[in-house]
Amino acid sequence: MTDTQPETETSVTIIVDGQEVAARPGELLIDACERAGTYIPRFCYHERMKPVGMCRMCLVEVDTGRGMGLQPSCMIPVAEGMTVDTQSELTKKAQDGVLEFLLINHPLDCPVCDKGGECPLQDQTMAYGPGESRFVEEKRHYEKPIPISDTVFLDRERCILCDRCTRFAKEVAGDPLIHFQGRGNQTEVNTFPDEPFSSYFSGNTVQICPVGALTAKPYRFKARPWDLEEVESTSVSDAVGSRITVQSSRNQVLRYMGVDSDPVNWGWLSDKERFSFEAFNSDDRLTEPLVRTDGDLSPVSWGAAIAAVGQNLAHAEASRIGFIGGSRLTNESQFAFTKLAKGILGTDNVDAQMGDGLPAELVLGLPRATIDQACTPGGTIILMGPDPKETLGALFLRLRHAAVEDGATIIEVTPHRTGLGDYAKHHLYPLPGDTALLAAALVADTPAVDTAGVSAAAITAARSAIAGDGPVTVVLGRASVAEGAAAIADAALALTAIPGVGFLSALHRSNVHGALDMGMSPGLLPGRNSLSAATSAWPNTPTTRGMSTAQMLQAAADGSIDTLVLLGADPISDFPDTDLAEKALSAVTVVAVDLFETASTAYAEIILPAAAPQEADGSFTNLEGRLTKISRKVTPPGTARADWTIAAELALAAGGDLGIENLDDIWTEIAAISTAHAGIDSASLAANQRDGVLITGSLNLPEASGVSPAVADAYSFRLAVSRRMYDNGTILAKSPSSAHLGTGTALHMHPLDFDSLGVTSGVSVTVSSATGSIDLPVEPSTDVPRGVVAVPANQSDVVVGTLIAAGDVATNVRVERGDA
Amino acid sequence: MARFTPENLELAHEIISRYPRKKSAVIPMLHLAQEQDGYVTNDAMAHIAELAEVTAAEVIGTCTFYEMFKTHPVGKYVINVCTNISCQLNGGEELLEHLEESLEIRSGGTTSDGMFTIEDYECIAACTEAPCLQVNYRYFHRISNDEVDEVIADIRTGKLADTIPEHGVLQRVRQTIPAAKLAGVAPPEEVVDAPAWMVRNEPILAARAAAKAAEEAAAKAAEGNAD
Amino acid sequence: MATNQYVPHAAGYVDNEGPKIVSSRFVHEDAFLLERSLATGGYEGLKKALTMAPIEVHDTVRDAVLLGRGGAGFPAGIKWGFCPPGKWPMYLVVNGDESEPGTYKDRLLMEMDPHQLIEGCLIACYALGLSQCFLYVRGEMALAQERIAHALNEAYEANLVGKNILGTDFSVDVVLHWGAGAYIVGEETALIESLEGERGMPRLKPPFFPAAIGLYGQPTIVNNVETLANLPWIIVNGADEYKKYGSETSPGTRLFAVSGHVKRPGVYEAEQGVTTFRDLIYGDNFCQGMKGDDELKMFIPGGASAPWFFPEQVDLPLEARPVGAAGSMLGSGAIVIMDESTDAVKACLRVVRFFARESCGKCTPCREGTTWEETLLRRIYDGHGRPGDLEMLLDIADNISPGPYPGAAWEAEGIEAIPFPPKQTTICPLGPSSVAPITSALRRFRHEFEAKIPQRTSIPVSAS
Ligand SMILES: Cc1cc2nc3c(=O)[nH]c(=O)nc-3n(C[C@H](O)[C@H](O)[C@H](O)COP(=O)(O)O)c2cc1C
Ligand code: SF4
Ligand code: FES
Repeated sequence: MTDTQPETETSVTIIVDGQEVAARPGELLIDACERAGTYIPRFCYHERMKPVGMCRMCLVEVDTGRGMGLQPSCMIPVAEGMTVDTQSELTKKAQDGVLEFLLINHPLDCPVCDKGGECPLQDQTMAYGPGESRFVEEKRHYEKPIPISDTVFLDRERCILCDRCTRFAKEVAGDPLIHFQGRGNQTEVNTFPDEPFSSYFSGNTVQICPVGALTAKPYRFKARPWDLEEVESTSVSDAVGSRITVQSSRNQVLRYMGVDSDPVNWGWLSDKERFSFEAFNSDDRLTEPLVRTDGDLSPVSWGAAIAAVGQNLAHAEASRIGFIGGSRLTNESQFAFTKLAKGILGTDNVDAQMGDGLPAELVLGLPRATIDQACTPGGTIILMGPDPKETLGALFLRLRHAAVEDGATIIEVTPHRTGLGDYAKHHLYPLPGDTALLAAALVADTPAVDTAGVSAAAITAARSAIAGDGPVTVVLGRASVAEGAAAIADAALALTAIPGVGFLSALHRSNVHGALDMGMSPGLLPGRNSLSAATSAWPNTPTTRGMSTAQMLQAAADGSIDTLVLLGADPISDFPDTDLAEKALSAVTVVAVDLFETASTAYAEIILPAAAPQEADGSFTNLEGRLTKISRKVTPPGTARADWTIAAELALAAGGDLGIENLDDIWTEIAAISTAHAGIDSASLAANQRDGVLITGSLNLPEASGVSPAVADAYSFRLAVSRRMYDNGTILAKSPSSAHLGTGTALHMHPLDFDSLGVTSGVSVTVSSATGSIDLPVEPSTDVPRGVVAVPANQSDVVVGTLIAAGDVATNVRVERGDA
Repeated sequence: MARFTPENLELAHEIISRYPRKKSAVIPMLHLAQEQDGYVTNDAMAHIAELAEVTAAEVIGTCTFYEMFKTHPVGKYVINVCTNISCQLNGGEELLEHLEESLEIRSGGTTSDGMFTIEDYECIAACTEAPCLQVNYRYFHRISNDEVDEVIADIRTGKLADTIPEHGVLQRVRQTIPAAKLAGVAPPEEVVDAPAWMVRNEPILAARAAAKAAEEAAAKAAEGNAD
Repeated sequence: MATNQYVPHAAGYVDNEGPKIVSSRFVHEDAFLLERSLATGGYEGLKKALTMAPIEVHDTVRDAVLLGRGGAGFPAGIKWGFCPPGKWPMYLVVNGDESEPGTYKDRLLMEMDPHQLIEGCLIACYALGLSQCFLYVRGEMALAQERIAHALNEAYEANLVGKNILGTDFSVDVVLHWGAGAYIVGEETALIESLEGERGMPRLKPPFFPAAIGLYGQPTIVNNVETLANLPWIIVNGADEYKKYGSETSPGTRLFAVSGHVKRPGVYEAEQGVTTFRDLIYGDNFCQGMKGDDELKMFIPGGASAPWFFPEQVDLPLEARPVGAAGSMLGSGAIVIMDESTDAVKACLRVVRFFARESCGKCTPCREGTTWEETLLRRIYDGHGRPGDLEMLLDIADNISPGPYPGAAWEAEGIEAIPFPPKQTTICPLGPSSVAPITSALRRFRHEFEAKIPQRTSIPVSAS
């Protein structure tokens, strides 16, 4: 079920050390030899970056048609009949020579180097190098490790100038903030003075550095590689589902490393993904169940806690119970909670999306695209969703690569410029709320007219890009929580008119796609089945559609819900309409299942501590619908336990039985009700662990709602609220290396709009909407179109959510000088 | 100081306009910065990065590769004494030593009054005129120790002010292209067709093709006859 | 000759007897002005070229067998033919980065007769349909930059460059660009990198030569200043006339800079192939003998990168092939003469230091190896050598440029010549070039090296 390309290419034959070997046309010699089992040593070459031929370690004797000669095998594409001698005396001498040259200025401080034990330079010195050094002169000296960013240190004495980190920064991340400086023997890698290597992807350079020159703060001096144990798993920081290895020592996770999954992350991770383990290691983790007595939370036994919750659930009327959240959970735990809610208790009030997502039926009904399809060379990518650079780091790198290297055309259909803006050919910035109008204009066959603030010319140009030869993929999600879901849903439905179009879902929160597949949405049952269509095996399956998060919160505030179960959810910080969340949680009994205390657990009667992903086995569904394994590496702190076991116990306490004793029981049940998930069990997930298993199958598409935005008055701006990679989210707040990286809140406005308001950069302004008002400093930004103001979400104490009314299709705001 | 002055900014824009890609103007702009301040300041590099639309790290990467760009203040007059092979054979090293002694600094150093910096330099393309040196990139050929002292004295008294500008100034005559005479600069992706005058090849290419075809036909005919 | 005055134009040119193809105007102090140029036949080649079809101009250059003067000696007409047809735009990059030790000719051509060079550029652009020409002048050559800037301003004014040149459909801009001090930028791919605003680090070729993928990824012709300066004469007089000078495989004349221990060092225009090193060193028309009539010890026949020659080779002609067969190269026409008083170790160290300082730092063997060679040689020269150092030095050299390295052919010693260039572990020949002086000096003058290494039979009892 993995999406490997059919082997249509013919192959070429080369002769490696006297053996005929089949190679792919155009493939580099170093790769062809490696696939044939002959590893050629290398330092600068990295299979995911362009070769530079810099270190010269991969020299081999090759006949490229002009007689045998030394050539860097990382730069030579194979050709029919090419003869290579990787073992000749000349080859050996050249490689020994290069290694000796590399070592003469290397400090050989392996005993105190983080890389010692996993260092290609060390390994190759053992394997290929001369015994002792003939170099008796003074070595090059530099100031000891210097911080080049918040998380990365550089030791220039250890650096062998392989150009990997610098190439990564420029070629892969597009952030050339570290660079070679000086010349010849004095060449060094460094940043510009006072301009740190602040890239969201900086941690990758640590991983690909072939020596210990680059080290990451969270790991420095923590362990030696030979003490580390590792297991391959999936990153749960965002919905990309990047492959990682989780490495631990003495029951503590010490680092995550990217794993090269060809269809997904190519080995890269965003720093948020890479360093998120810090939060799971945090001392602030909940370690035992807590119950509120006399206003204070105090520890109780699991038995008492489960019994208390079970009592409450058993006695409540099903329609007066709601489950909010669940996208943090593994697929298996999601299934267990869905079954608890919908199969045992009989409530359909279950919603893993928290008011900033899209209708589940839409996401599961649209034709889905994989990342590879989106990145097809020469294809067209319509970005109608959040900024991938800020929210889906590894996906951003893939999309950027598609645009820069493979000629993909990117069309931004967002409220303002995104991190892909520099690589996009078309920049359409519809007025927030009017996105559906623009989408309709993009697929219309009448001559374009100015629409939603976008010029006719821009629309015409984008239309021709959409009509191009390559496949069209829409990266779909909510760019701004201040623009209603209905506007985006209608826009997506309009774009289905594009022939062959595929949608790559960019919903917010890590395993949200698993949650939808596991039925954690009103109206759904596991396996992409709808409540109405399915013939459920569960005894108490509700017959009427339940409430969404917004509806549940409203109902709670209105007194028509009694109990809310928060599954790793923090509506106070995370639901767009903060006021509503506060009203709701204060009015009902709140039960929280979480890793940490949060703003919302402050309202809870009972808190149940759950295991983090690195502490429990399970699986994850990424934004493509790709299922991969999550693997337990360490034990949970205290008595915290896997979510699904909590669900199973709650079911028993509420008088039912989930009938689940292990993960395979869950898969047996899922398989019975989901054709999409047929054949999946622990064994098949383990067998396909690198590239995962792609789930297909869809629902019927819902109808467009035909929203029309509120008319703006002449003085108002449209608000856009978008997410940044670093914010005050719980996981980041609990990660010492990332906690302080948020940008802070400011109102971003086009400089030409400054004049009309009579403000200058940095001045405090008051922003008011129909629901509330906040004070913010204003900053000029040409990334924001005129008439729009943008605020980053969840950055500081300023609660942007006060401005947003849940359900409104657009948010009009007034901006006034603070002192006016 | 250190970012471009308004006049130099205008010059920088003019320089950029001559290249199909802005980054090509980085080295000329670094020269301009050095001309303005005597050396290349960090602020100047940051300004150049903005103008060329690259990062400052890329600019400093380029800047530090090249010998002539100084990222720290140097003397008003930088003296490059060639000690490479042809000059070495004719007393270049002795000339350098003499200069070091008379200015009381080692090569690489700057006199305390900030007037002179001496550099032990590689070949400056005046090999037949050894020993030789440059003061702010102006040549002195076949120069003796006494003559060097004289030059130093003349510089101090301002006698050579007309011939040797201060460090950083290279061209006192700049290229200027009147807009009306400019053939036109376009990014490479915007040029798809052969330049206009290449049509002149067409009759000749056609004639050559015809001649070749005729030849082949004749050869074929000859072959046919032979069979 | 000595002067403490700022020299208004480049000294060094010697107006000797013989054909003058590129230096004909050097006798005029004001040859850099358009007026003088026009009065002495300037831009006649361009005018004639414009009456021909571009392809005919290209044919003429090919027929003339104009060998590149930058070092490699590749025929210009053939290089021009390597551009993939139909890929536009194409660029011309003029290599005026002259930095090879001993080389002094391009500066003369740029300072003395910039219009001849500009005319050459225009002819090349016309012949190949090149859209823009960048004249890359070495950074340290302030006067050359001023003269070229001035000449270009005059030429634009006179409609000789720019839009619709001389009223025709031929339009091209010639842009003065200048470096900032880096020998490696003379290497053509590094030159292109530098022109793109990057660090001047060579690109690996193959896979691609600049003629296929060059500046901004487009087909690019890189030619040396002197190569292009030949074009006006060739177009005016025709290929056949050109071939009357020099030898069959190396027609025409070249500028040779002869420096070092000779009576009359200078830059001479001389016929290739028919003139010998002996003529240059001892001939009345050239250097008129060794300084102080001392004995010749050795000489560098083609710039610091070239392996050295010795008295046995003085009768070789100034022609690429025989010089190559004898184990060296004619390179950039830089001939450095050294007499018996020369310390071989010191000369070797100085040339090696040059390569160590000028390595771009890309390839490990060059970046680390050349510096190691230098420190080792310095130690030996300073009297701190150790037994085994010479073998180690040769081995390090061998690791930069493995396999037998060409030395000059010393038939007397029974050493066979191996054709240049050497095998290399590096991208460009700079690193391996550092090996040339080492093998040249060490093989021939090993005793001089050994004499500097303290021979200790016993460990000294006391240090003082
Ligand atoms: C290290 C190195 C330095 C070079 N320096 C110069 C130079 O200063 N000037 C030059 O014209 N060619 C130089 N070359 C040769 C150029 O790479 C190139 O072959 C030449 O410019 C081509 O022009 P031509 O074909 O007209 O000779 C150098 C080559 C190398 C490897
Ligand atoms: S051989 Fe030396 S100069 Fe040439 S590319 Fe390699 S490192 Fe640079
Ligand atoms: S791996 Fe090929 S040169 Fe470094």
